[in-house]
Amino acid sequence: MNAPERLASLPHATASAPASAPASQAAVEVRCASVVYPSADAPVHALSEIDLRIEAGEFVSLIGPSGCGKTTLLRVIADLEPISAGEVLVNGLSPHQARLARAYGYVFQAPALFPWRTVLGNVMLPLQIQGRRKAEAEAVAREQLGRVGLTGFERKYPWQLSGGMQQRVSIARALGFEPKILMMDEPFGALDEITRDGLNEQLQQLWQRERRTVVFVTHSIAEAVYLSTRIVVMSPRPGRILKIIPSTLPDERHLGLRDTPEFMALAHQVREGLAAGHGSAPGDDAV
Amino acid sequence: MGRQFALWLTLLAAGIAAAALAQAVPPAGSSDVGPATAHLLGLAVVVVLAARSVQRVAALDGRRWYGTATAALFGLWVLYFWQIGVTMFDVPRVLLPAPALIGQMLIDRWDTLAGDFVQTVLKAVLVGWALGSGLGFAVGVAIDRAPFLQRGLLPLANLTSTVPLVAVAPIMVMWFGFEWPSKAAVVVLMTFFPMLVSTLAGLQAAGRLELELMHSYAASYPRTLLDLRLPAAMPFIFNALKVNATLALIGAIVAEFFGSPTVGLGFRISTEAARMNMALVWGAIVVAAVTGSVAYAVLVQLERRVAFWHPSIRSK
Amino acid sequence: MRSKAIPLRERVLPVALVLAATLLLWYVGAVGLNRAGAVERVLAPQGAYSTGQLITATLNMERPVLPAPHQVVADLYRSLVDWPLDSPRNLLYHAAVTAQSTLVGFVLGTLLGIVLAAAIVHSRTLDRALLPWIVASQTVPVLAIAPIVLVILGSLGFSGLAPKAAIAMYLCFFPVTVAMVAGLRAPQRIETELMHTYAASRLQAFWLLRMPSALPFLFPSLRVAIAAGLVGAMVAELPTGAQAGLGAKLLTGSYYGNTVGIWSALVMSALLGLALTAAVAGVERWVLQTRQAA
Repeated sequence: MNAPERLASLPHATASAPASAPASQAAVEVRCASVVYPSADAPVHALSEIDLRIEAGEFVSLIGPSGCGKTTLLRVIADLEPISAGEVLVNGLSPHQARLARAYGYVFQAPALFPWRTVLGNVMLPLQIQGRRKAEAEAVAREQLGRVGLTGFERKYPWQLSGGMQQRVSIARALGFEPKILMMDEPFGALDEITRDGLNEQLQQLWQRERRTVVFVTHSIAEAVYLSTRIVVMSPRPGRILKIIPSTLPDERHLGLRDTPEFMALAHQVREGLAAGHGSAPGDDAV
Repeated sequence: MGRQFALWLTLLAAGIAAAALAQAVPPAGSSDVGPATAHLLGLAVVVVLAARSVQRVAALDGRRWYGTATAALFGLWVLYFWQIGVTMFDVPRVLLPAPALIGQMLIDRWDTLAGDFVQTVLKAVLVGWALGSGLGFAVGVAIDRAPFLQRGLLPLANLTSTVPLVAVAPIMVMWFGFEWPSKAAVVVLMTFFPMLVSTLAGLQAAGRLELELMHSYAASYPRTLLDLRLPAAMPFIFNALKVNATLALIGAIVAEFFGSPTVGLGFRISTEAARMNMALVWGAIVVAAVTGSVAYAVLVQLERRVAFWHPSIRSK
Repeated sequence: MRSKAIPLRERVLPVALVLAATLLLWYVGAVGLNRAGAVERVLAPQGAYSTGQLITATLNMERPVLPAPHQVVADLYRSLVDWPLDSPRNLLYHAAVTAQSTLVGFVLGTLLGIVLAAAIVHSRTLDRALLPWIVASQTVPVLAIAPIVLVILGSLGFSGLAPKAAIAMYLCFFPVTVAMVAGLRAPQRIETELMHTYAASRLQAFWLLRMPSALPFLFPSLRVAIAAGLVGAMVAELPTGAQAGLGAKLLTGSYYGNTVGIWSALVMSALLGLALTAAVAGVERWVLQTRQAA
């Protein structure tokens, strides 16, 4: 349980260079993982022999149609669901140990804010659970809210905020205890496109500054291409990885990038990959 | 503004007619032949004007207190017609006393009624309600991690709401004596089960995402209970507290019907009714009614503080 | 979350176990509570006694502090079997008396409640003037008025079934009215506007939209109402010399110190409550079986 102490000793706002992590240890390593649900007629292969390696500092998107196992994969890494076979390592630990070590932050599809706590109180929640003193937790929480652009809203209650702002609070909360890994399950899915674009830009800038490892589930091709350093295309029945597309876009991005031919080419690749997923046999090579 | 004018006109006319009638009607008991025709006509006029006035106030739009004003006006008219009707038609006071008489009785016998209040409300109701609700809550939290016990107790607890639990009053008297503890025991029994059911329901109220969030924080069971599940359960718990307040009052009063020392609201009601001393009976009922309303109002205010975040309370 | 269907066995077993545990505790309690009296009145005069004799004695006393379950069952059985159905020694007779007042009051109260709720929903005056008082009355112990009602009706010449049914009636009336008003107002704006586009008359809108929407609100309140009506009927039996009915039986039992009799009456009234509620639930299922789930 020394992850929080190690993290607390790091300076806050500066990016920790990926090179400080041992080169051999990936942030997330998935080896031949499968998740099978028994069911009445035939067992459901939510995930089938997934192999994936995510290095520290990467922004990896998981994209695919519903049922392809992208959310299942994320939840497996987060120790929210067990695997039936194979191995998953998070920072060299099992998902269970990683969760107890508070090695990652999780952002759900819905903000899941506690309505009886103020915005500040909500961001303080994980810090308080970890045993930080109130004054310390409050200071950290204020800073995080500043980073997502919500200074001045600390005393408001969740229902007084718009959907986009609530989701930003949820992100601030996930970042509060400085986890090395951030897992996000379609966090912007319930928002309208305009809000979504704004939040995408903010998230991108946040990642640029801090270079945390992000595993991001989405079903929007544009979002995946805009945000990621690598895009993992998955397909269902059984859930598997079809193709992994490394991004050729520069690290510093802005929304205008989406109209460039480079962007469209990448999006095209993803679209092709997804189309191929309909009716192709398992075992397509990952790039 | 024509509407406003018509409203004030109706109110004024109704008020004047009511006052005139009240002046004209002789005090009860002074006439042997019943009300004079003129008085009956006057009564009819006042009834019509009163109905119109209530109708006009009800038709008002705009402020929030217009609704309360309508109900209040209606209540005042009911009191007036009660008073006038009893006087005009010479209703025997052993049957239905006039409101003025009840008011007088409340003042004259306030010490008796205060003693009854202390016995019934402050002792039996308060102690029983607090103990019963507290036990229900404690047991609910205790069996939170025992779904087997929950599946066993919950159906039985739901069934007890169909059973007349006040019927245990004689048995409680046998065990705890005539004094207030036996009534409190009845109240404990009546309030325990609704609170148990509501606590269990409330503890399930936390959303799945929020629970997974706490799981992702590796929060311990007590921590999750304190930070998430108990706050989420508050609306349910307060609902049960409100219901229990009414049940407690009814339970204590009815338990006294089954036998009580010479003090208590239920005792007062049943004995004075047997003695045909109706004014005092009504006085005791007024005390009980006011107690019930005030207790409920207090709980609503408390709920507004604790469960301020719940949509049902926010929208008020 | 997976399917919530819990197999019957998993639902029945915990309840059965809890009931069995309660029964065991009851027996243990009976031994404990009756011990002093048993020792004093039965065993001591005989001299020395064993634990077995103590247990037998405590579970079979004539005037126990806590009658054993088998004593209550035996008393119930004897009262039901040894006496004809119209004899006041038969508990079923008293149950029938109470049930009669309850049911008559319940039916009248429900009808009155539905009619008044319909009136309130269609009249702004009634809605603003009367409804707040009906809602407020739920916080007030309305049952306390019972003795007054009995006296008034008694002096007006009504006795027997009428006053008891009257009390049951006004106890049933309040929850039904409040629930019906909520139910009649439950249809969403879209649905009422749809009826409007069909140029439906108020009566048609009431019958075709509001009433069906109100049923899910009505039935839970009916269960509350019949339980309240039962208590009212039992309380109404107390003052009038306590002649017939389960409430009367409870009172006379407590006057004469007939502990086992009190418990039998209590069990009988619990069974009556269950039966009445089951009947209401049965009617609910029959009425709603033709409806699809909303």
